[in-house]
Amino acid sequence: MGKVVVVTSGKGGVGKTTSAAALGAALAQRKEKTVVVDFDVGLRNLDLVMGAERRVVYDLVNVIQGEAKLAQALIRDKRLETLYLLPASQTRDKDNLTAEGVERVIGALKKTFDWVICDSPAGIERGATLAMRHADVAVVVTNPEVSSVRDSDRIIGLIDAKTAKAERGERMDRHLLLTRYNPNRAERGDMLSVEDVLEILSIPLLGIVPESMDVLRASNIGMPVTLADSQSAPAQAYLQAARRLAGEDVPISIPGEKRSLLGKLFGWRAA
Amino acid sequence: MALALSPELPLGDWLHQLDDLAARSAGFFLRRPVVLDIEGLQISRPELKEFIDELSRRNVRVIGIEGARPSLLGADMPPAMSGGRATQDIEEPIAEAAAAAPDSGGSEPAPAGQPEPQPVRPVPSMIIDQPVRSGQSVIFPEGDITIIASVASGAEVVAGGSIHVYGALRGRAMAGSMGNASARIFCSKLEAELLAIDGLYKTAEDIEPHLRGRAVHLWLDGDAIKTETLN
Repeated sequence: MGKVVVVTSGKGGVGKTTSAAALGAALAQRKEKTVVVDFDVGLRNLDLVMGAERRVVYDLVNVIQGEAKLAQALIRDKRLETLYLLPASQTRDKDNLTAEGVERVIGALKKTFDWVICDSPAGIERGATLAMRHADVAVVVTNPEVSSVRDSDRIIGLIDAKTAKAERGERMDRHLLLTRYNPNRAERGDMLSVEDVLEILSIPLLGIVPESMDVLRASNIGMPVTLADSQSAPAQAYLQAARRLAGEDVPISIPGEKRSLLGKLFGWRAA
Repeated sequence: MALALSPELPLGDWLHQLDDLAARSAGFFLRRPVVLDIEGLQISRPELKEFIDELSRRNVRVIGIEGARPSLLGADMPPAMSGGRATQDIEEPIAEAAAAAPDSGGSEPAPAGQPEPQPVRPVPSMIIDQPVRSGQSVIFPEGDITIIASVASGAEVVAGGSIHVYGALRGRAMAGSMGNASARIFCSKLEAELLAIDGLYKTAEDIEPHLRGRAVHLWLDGDAIKTETLN
């Protein structure tokens, strides 16, 4: 059975879709069969970021409503044969996602894929709660600024209360992915520090992705940043985050600082 | 400081006056905590609920209700505040407890105003060992709340007794919410948005800057909230 990961944040524009695509591609680069599912019905973007916008025929809503088979809606990436995309519908709205339908699709995907990455829409409404509902692991994407941190805190509360796992009395693993981190601004105090964010959210850190033009450039050419230039700093951060997600023990370093913060960060890990 | 509103009947006219005031000074109620004083006001529970909804439609944030009989208040309403005065109705839960455990003697219920001598009962408490996250409310009118984690900005903790936070207190804490002037608030790191004991409150702006980020203890001395650092 594959693992279901939800990439979520509460706030919009923090880098959920970019991160879902980059992590999905990074896991697929490890030769693990990965599908990235776009839950942002009505405002889909994942197809653009993954460069598949011209190949979309059927989508998640078609599959849920029985108008298409799952195999017809899945799009295989042209560059990585282990990477697939399940696009969202652009013409429908989120009311077309039903709890039973989502459960059925996720259940079917889990059987054939090693990783099912759910790209959540912003907000705390239907789309977002359904995207996290059947996940095993949550990746909470946060920017180092107060409004993003507070929204992430809200989402973590919902993950702990409103998911299938929570209703069974289990605790979902939640990981923090800090994106758009700018070492210079953090040093000047214009941005929350890594430690501040970890202290407020008290969940383990999956990775720190530096703010970079490489991310924008990759999005614009329709490539996950880990595929576009695997040597760039953000790509390296995502590749390492994917290894940690897969259970490898990889030390975390804060961009702009040479020393490893592993020991320090482990001290912050929530029980 | 928070603002106290004392509505008058008929409520429709009073709301009209409020709209007038709000129209003349835009943003008057914006983000200001408001306490509703309904002492002596003859209204029913549904009317009160409707009234609070009317206020929230006007962006008036009601943080507490003063002078209300407990029977008027529900879990979906702001907590009772009593400005340091003991409310008579607070005896009600004890009367209920006595009724729930009828004794075999079958004695007549004591006349109103003379409650039976109450048995010694342990004071209940609630312990929470994970962070209280933004948007979550922890409400425990029966007694103390102890939190072995942080209370996030936008979270709310309401206790009938004292509140203990072994972590950062960034949200709201309201102790003694059912009328208890001896309730206290303790926290290891004070960054609260609002603190209230027995209906008296301080907003973030009223908290002395030197207490920010410190371990702090708050209690009530008459009508004043006293503060002291713990280390």
